[in-house]
Amino acid sequence: MSPLIQELIEKALVVGIVTHGLLIVFSFCTLIERRVLAFMQFRLGPNRTGPQGILQPFADGIKLFFKEEFIPAGANKPLFVLAPAVAVATAFMSTAIVTYGGALTVPAFGFLPEWLQGRVIELQIADLEVGILYLFALSSLGVYGIVMAGWASNNKYALLGGLRSSAQMFSYELALGLSWVPVILVTSSFRLPDIVAGQAGWFWNWNCFVVFPAFLVYVVAGTAEANRTPFDLPEAETELVAGFHTEYSSMKFALLQMAEYVNMITISALGVNMFLGGWNTGLPFLPPTAAYGLVGFFTFAAKVAGFLFFFFWLRGTLPRFRYDQLMHFGWKVLVPVAAVFILVTAGVLAALA
Amino acid sequence: MIEQILFYTLAALALVAAIVVIAQRSPIYSAFALIVVLCSLSGIFAILGSPFIAVIQIVVYAGAVMVLFLFVLMLLNVQKEADDPGGSKPLRTAAAALAAAFAVQVGLVVARARFASGPEQYEASTRKVAELLFSPTFLYVFEATSILILAALVGSIVLAKRDL
Repeated sequence: MSPLIQELIEKALVVGIVTHGLLIVFSFCTLIERRVLAFMQFRLGPNRTGPQGILQPFADGIKLFFKEEFIPAGANKPLFVLAPAVAVATAFMSTAIVTYGGALTVPAFGFLPEWLQGRVIELQIADLEVGILYLFALSSLGVYGIVMAGWASNNKYALLGGLRSSAQMFSYELALGLSWVPVILVTSSFRLPDIVAGQAGWFWNWNCFVVFPAFLVYVVAGTAEANRTPFDLPEAETELVAGFHTEYSSMKFALLQMAEYVNMITISALGVNMFLGGWNTGLPFLPPTAAYGLVGFFTFAAKVAGFLFFFFWLRGTLPRFRYDQLMHFGWKVLVPVAAVFILVTAGVLAALA
Repeated sequence: MIEQILFYTLAALALVAAIVVIAQRSPIYSAFALIVVLCSLSGIFAILGSPFIAVIQIVVYAGAVMVLFLFVLMLLNVQKEADDPGGSKPLRTAAAALAAAFAVQVGLVVARARFASGPEQYEASTRKVAELLFSPTFLYVFEATSILILAALVGSIVLAKRDL
């Protein structure tokens, strides 16, 4: 078989596994979030469907699938249908840049074709030269799904939710982008594999310790970018019913939810890659390439799970911001802090050079 | 081969969307069509081997500028334009004549132009763009542009909020 075909099959496998893996992680995220929140509020949460409610995501999926597809009379039909698709497409496209672990060596199982045995597979869909700038571009396109949904619904609450979210997302995108700059300065590369490789060795080499203020800004801005509490203003139910997805039902609603969770997973995975050492264990006496590279993958997965738990924890702990407080915080605290810290990092690096 | 297929697809998409931008009358549709144009252009930049410019095209134009456009359109709730094309008859005739003259001009320029056979070793990686931008050739122009943009920013705030 020609190398090009082999490459294509390998990439198709990686894309398929990543996409379906994300779908599974997304569906169990919804369950784990509800149970974690319930325990934090002295409730039990959904525990009836299967042992410990493990089948709840499937029950939810089946329920949503069989619900009535409803499009309001005054809605703009093409855009109303297009909006969830845009949201989901941009969310999944942005996962292409994430590294899910180091290289994986395929074990020499007899049933696999010859060329696949012992092949080293990079656990990343696209290793682009522009690296995380690609993610920045897609997160700015992701706003359109929400804005479109809000406008096409022809509902003033949905419209206000959509407008709020566009204002919120591009305000916090700025802080998010600025929080990446110190990391890029430290590693002098946009590529995620380089950034992860720059954090090898002991865990105090991780960027969250090296550029701590940038990490703080990233976590706050990332929470806002994923529309999570305390920044879930686009769907503040006490003021806006349900914000931009008020009029959505059935699978279109499920798609909007999916986009939101996939965005949250991407933010977590990117945070792990850029600040928490990626697939490095942080203990150099443990080789991350052991056991076909699976150690690296599971280290990465555990860190992402920790990050996601942090998001659930925030939701169980903090009340929602008021909208003007949100804007003040974004523009008058986060952006200046991030900008000043870029100057500090650049100064220190120049002094050390 | 793959590059050619991609190029013609993206170019066709950009042209169709560009016609949609000006041909139909709902401002919101125009804005979304313009986003499609910008994204296809970004794809063409990527094919030309300049991923940095491709990404910046999306971040700046499709991401930031168009969000502001949409924001204003939705906030003002701009309605669909009436079907009346507007203008008197002589005005419309003059417009058609001018458009025809322009089309002839563009056609002549394109027919006479000599195109390079293809991008020869053209590579605009992030590092190259940065090195050029911060080289003595462009540094002063670049910094002057930054100051100009900053001045425009301050100016717009002063105009919008006279009693700050």
